[in-house]
Amino acid sequence: MNDLVTQKGIVIMTKKGKNGHAVLSKDEKKRLRRKVWNRDKYLVYMMIPVIIYFLIFNYLPMGGLVMAFQKFKPGKGFVGIFTGEWVGLKWFRRFFKSAYAWRLIRNTFLLNFYSLIFGFPIPIIFAICITQIKNKFLQKGAQVITYLPYFISTVVVVGMMTNFLSPSSGIINQLIQKFGGEPINFMSEQDWFRPLYVISGSWQSFGFNSIIFVAAIMGISPDLYEAMTVDGANIRQTVWHLTLPMIRPTIVLLLIMSLGNMLNVGFEKVFLMYNEAVYETADVISTYVYRQGIASTNYSYAAAVGLFNSVVGFALVSIANRVSRKLNETAIW
Amino acid sequence: MSKTKMSHLGTFRSRSTGDKVFLLIVYILVIFAVCITLYPFVYVVSVAFSDAKAVSRGEVFLLPVGLDLEAFQMVMQYDQLWVSYRNTFFYTLFGTICNLIFSCLAAYPLSRHHFFMRKKLNFFLAFTMYFSGGLIPAYMVVTGIGLYNSPLVMIIPHLVSAYNVMILRSAMESISEELFECGKLEGANDFTLLTKIAIPLSKPTLAVLGLYYAVARYNDFFTGMLYLSKQELQPLQMFLRRILIIASTEILQNAGITDRAAAAQSTMKIRYVCIVLATVPILCICPFVQKYLVKGTMLGAVKG
Repeated sequence: MNDLVTQKGIVIMTKKGKNGHAVLSKDEKKRLRRKVWNRDKYLVYMMIPVIIYFLIFNYLPMGGLVMAFQKFKPGKGFVGIFTGEWVGLKWFRRFFKSAYAWRLIRNTFLLNFYSLIFGFPIPIIFAICITQIKNKFLQKGAQVITYLPYFISTVVVVGMMTNFLSPSSGIINQLIQKFGGEPINFMSEQDWFRPLYVISGSWQSFGFNSIIFVAAIMGISPDLYEAMTVDGANIRQTVWHLTLPMIRPTIVLLLIMSLGNMLNVGFEKVFLMYNEAVYETADVISTYVYRQGIASTNYSYAAAVGLFNSVVGFALVSIANRVSRKLNETAIW
Repeated sequence: MSKTKMSHLGTFRSRSTGDKVFLLIVYILVIFAVCITLYPFVYVVSVAFSDAKAVSRGEVFLLPVGLDLEAFQMVMQYDQLWVSYRNTFFYTLFGTICNLIFSCLAAYPLSRHHFFMRKKLNFFLAFTMYFSGGLIPAYMVVTGIGLYNSPLVMIIPHLVSAYNVMILRSAMESISEELFECGKLEGANDFTLLTKIAIPLSKPTLAVLGLYYAVARYNDFFTGMLYLSKQELQPLQMFLRRILIIASTEILQNAGITDRAAAAQSTMKIRYVCIVLATVPILCICPFVQKYLVKGTMLGAVKG
């Protein structure tokens, strides 16, 4: 018996098989494929430039990771990444035996860890405060202003920091001297690197990061507040027992996502902030890769260190995503 | 902030002491946050305009002391500033246009439910958000195809970001399917549907993405540092880095004699002037596009 069936959005005439499912003959499959192609070909044409872009600038470098297992020989163009002599895990062994491996992993981890501990609660607290403000002008103004630093370039942020903290003419050291202290050369003191990195990072992003929490708080039904207030709750209690529990899913999701990014540290900022005097606390994996690879042209070795970083990073993100899927049923992909 | 939301808050006077204290702390925290954010900018502007002697005596803390535009003149007369400004302008303009075109080309097919390669291509793009070859292979590829010291390097390696494609895809998915059906019945092909229906109807999202792309292009320093060694091609951010961070002979000058200290003071003023000139474009735009920004972050929160 002939019947109309819909497959991949295309209606075709075919015989119905057992259980009423359509069984397509070879010829019909061909016909279906041609119809699908005729319908979708422009979509494919549209994607071609995009696919080429991703192949060249994302997948080709991924393939280029074979150089991490080779001794790099410069060849013509990027062909060099595929023509080296095979050395197996030599570069990885060299990295893990070197004194740097531990220092780099520790620094990368700690910069993220401190940024999380210090930087994560601030946007939440700020979002709670800003939604309690009744004065519209102050509320909107405070939001616009606190978003601003997020859009300033890292170069300018680090530039401001360097100049504010300069031992001779920076405002901070002028103040220290005014109160009778000795000027501190902040930018070349090991112990100051992490606090400076974390504080400036927080300064730059707390306003912007609060947006998502503000939206989550705004999404709470006003009736719930009304009900609590009628029951005699004060503001502190509504915040503690209503606002916080309601935005908990958002908090958990963002927390897991930042845990997943534990080994990705913004290269630019560390690179702009650090100098040889503070390598002990400041040098991270990505800056080491840059120095070894681009500056000292140990391409294969640097690629190996980079590969280690990518693999661990990928594993962390995958775990984080799986956990968030379980907890929130909202996955990132 | 909606009006209904605030209805649960009575007038300040009618509140209990506990609530008053709580609100007081809230106001103090918010005002403190605003001050902390603004102070560095105010200070930089004040130093840039103040009298050089007042700056060197350490008299400037908040508002400008005196008025001295000499540093502005010195910076403005420096050709390299204008060269890098021009470069950044072109990189930002063409970079953003290309970014938006490519994002549309990628997002539209991925938003079509029937598209037979949809799942595969979706994964093909999304995977790049989580794994990358890293710096060295990417450097090899970019230099290998001859982009080293070419202005195109500021545009081509960042043509499209998978994350932004996902955002735009969600926006295009939310357009009513019937509109596309109608278009098809009228005989429009997918290119027409993209330009006549999908793009006009996702304009707000495109505005947000354009803004993000433009800010990223304007602030991009690393690409220039990696691939552009010719000064006449370098973007503004590299110029800034040279002035603000590298050329800091601070320590030497600190140990030096007084006339060197005076030189140090004028270097510092020049630096602050440069910060002012470089951040003004961004700071001017931001308040006007704020509502788009907020919207944009929300878009990111939508499951990709």
